[in-house]
Amino acid sequence: MKQLVILSGKGGTGKTSVAAAFAHLAAQGEVPVTAVLADADVDAANLELVLDPRPLERHEFIGGSVAVIDDARCEGCGTCYDVCRFDAVLPPADGREVYAVDPIACEGCAACVYQCPEEAIEMVPQLAGHWFRSESRYGPLFHAALLPAQENSGKLVTLVKQQARLLALDEGQAAVLVDGPPGIGCPVISAISGADLALIVAEPTAAGIHDMERVLEMAAHFRVPALVCINKTDVYPQGADQIESYCREAGIEVTGRIPFDRSVTDAMVRGEPVTAYSPSSPAALALAAAWKIVAAYLGNPPA
Amino acid sequence: MKIVVASGKGGTGKTTVATSLALSLAVDEPGQPVSQAPTYLDCDVEGPNAHLFLAPTFEQRQAVEIRIPRVDEAKCTGCGKCAEVCQYHAIVVLGKRTLVFPQLCHGCGSCTLVCPQGAITEEPHAIGVLEAGPAARSISFARGVLDVGEPMATPAIRQLKRWAIPGDESLVILDAPPGTSCPVVETLRGADYLLLVTEPTPFGLHDLRLAAEVAAELGIPAGVIINRDGIGDAGVDAFCAAAGLPVLMRIPFERAIAEGVAQGRTLVEIRPEYAPRFRTLLQQINMQVDSLSRAKK
Repeated sequence: MKQLVILSGKGGTGKTSVAAAFAHLAAQGEVPVTAVLADADVDAANLELVLDPRPLERHEFIGGSVAVIDDARCEGCGTCYDVCRFDAVLPPADGREVYAVDPIACEGCAACVYQCPEEAIEMVPQLAGHWFRSESRYGPLFHAALLPAQENSGKLVTLVKQQARLLALDEGQAAVLVDGPPGIGCPVISAISGADLALIVAEPTAAGIHDMERVLEMAAHFRVPALVCINKTDVYPQGADQIESYCREAGIEVTGRIPFDRSVTDAMVRGEPVTAYSPSSPAALALAAAWKIVAAYLGNPPA
Repeated sequence: MKIVVASGKGGTGKTTVATSLALSLAVDEPGQPVSQAPTYLDCDVEGPNAHLFLAPTFEQRQAVEIRIPRVDEAKCTGCGKCAEVCQYHAIVVLGKRTLVFPQLCHGCGSCTLVCPQGAITEEPHAIGVLEAGPAARSISFARGVLDVGEPMATPAIRQLKRWAIPGDESLVILDAPPGTSCPVVETLRGADYLLLVTEPTPFGLHDLRLAAEVAAELGIPAGVIINRDGIGDAGVDAFCAAAGLPVLMRIPFERAIAEGVAQGRTLVEIRPEYAPRFRTLLQQINMQVDSLSRAKK
């Protein structure tokens, strides 16, 4: 079983559109691969919008804990305020005579709990979101929804991926396709860990190229082999050339050149992958060609 | 006035809007010289891009550091108290050896405080860098850059804000990272206004809804800019109307804009007519914030 993670660094380059197309092509295309799907962008999960999932299971996700001060026991000594490095303890104000914790700022470190001389503080686990197992048009889908302003998205990414992986192993599926989050920080590190192959969807723009370089560095740092796929290639052909020459020098294969194509947006509005909605559109044809290469690598990842 | 430009979904045009807003507010209006150009903070520390558009000259640098524990083996008795209090499993005791995992450490200092032997001291561990300097049209520019391989964006954003936000009431524009979790919340703490940039597609709508919930959760007034107007569908408009979110500006989808931004040009360079619109936008934001604060009183 092989794990493919789709990343980009910069947001909005088309990760989810590519992931949805690959899910469709894996299930019904010329190069079939049995796959379990995972949406690892738990902050803003969009894969479900184009895969029409039927939920089978819904689970609570308890993220971290936050400190809560018992008003009745607080003597107002301020030790908690002194030890908190996250500006999460609020001194007495507005008629409140004791200290309080801002749950959004609280990092969950519990330093205040152990230092409070009155033992007036306890850690309370927080419901941070939900994760789901669904049956989508193109196979099992694991996805999640983080509640607004919650922490621990890296933990939830790990959980969603773990579930997808377990099912793939159980059912003898060939691959797990992971739609990753933007950036290079904690959720992305969780998304790439254990992956056999990373596909970077890069946009030929000044910002897209800058962030592609950072995410490729990150893949190298974690020793995950990477391929690049250029999206909206013709918006700035010189940028696409720049990506090609960067990749040539770095020894990274460019597997796809997807043109800007309004049928991608039209397909999204219809709630479908572009390869299903308009199989003969320029973007769909380019995605099918890219999938052939990626599917071959899933059997035999590049060194 | 601290205005955060955010979106939920990535790639909707946060930086395009934030850079052009800053440039528009930095120029003199006819007969009205700007006393102080705005401060611009690129808080997208995982993928900072605004420097590509505003061309700052970095004159000041400072490491982003968290304080991680260092265990004096001569004093450590292996009692395990430090590992017991660490909520992140960043310090573990194996036999008589105490090991620290810097990537897991949040730098809270709890282990140092509880060690009965006083065997733990703290040393700085760099996870990124802060940089600041003047940019185009005298904008005070600052950004944070997270080191590749470091997981925690939040401390970099927190330290960037402490380091670079001027203490007075001047105008600060914060370019937020995508998403809706900790890094976005850290960017939003203490903000006066949230400017949400979205695109009129199902993905844009889905993530706008989440970002609007974050704004509501934090009690920050918000307004919307619809970018790439004309693609997709009418879902975003319907949502904004129903949620009472004002649509403050529409930027149509035009190939010339997409191509220009791709080359690293700003919207107001490509379409100078947007500069007065961004100045009007600031007035609308001021009015919305004022009327809300009056309503609270």
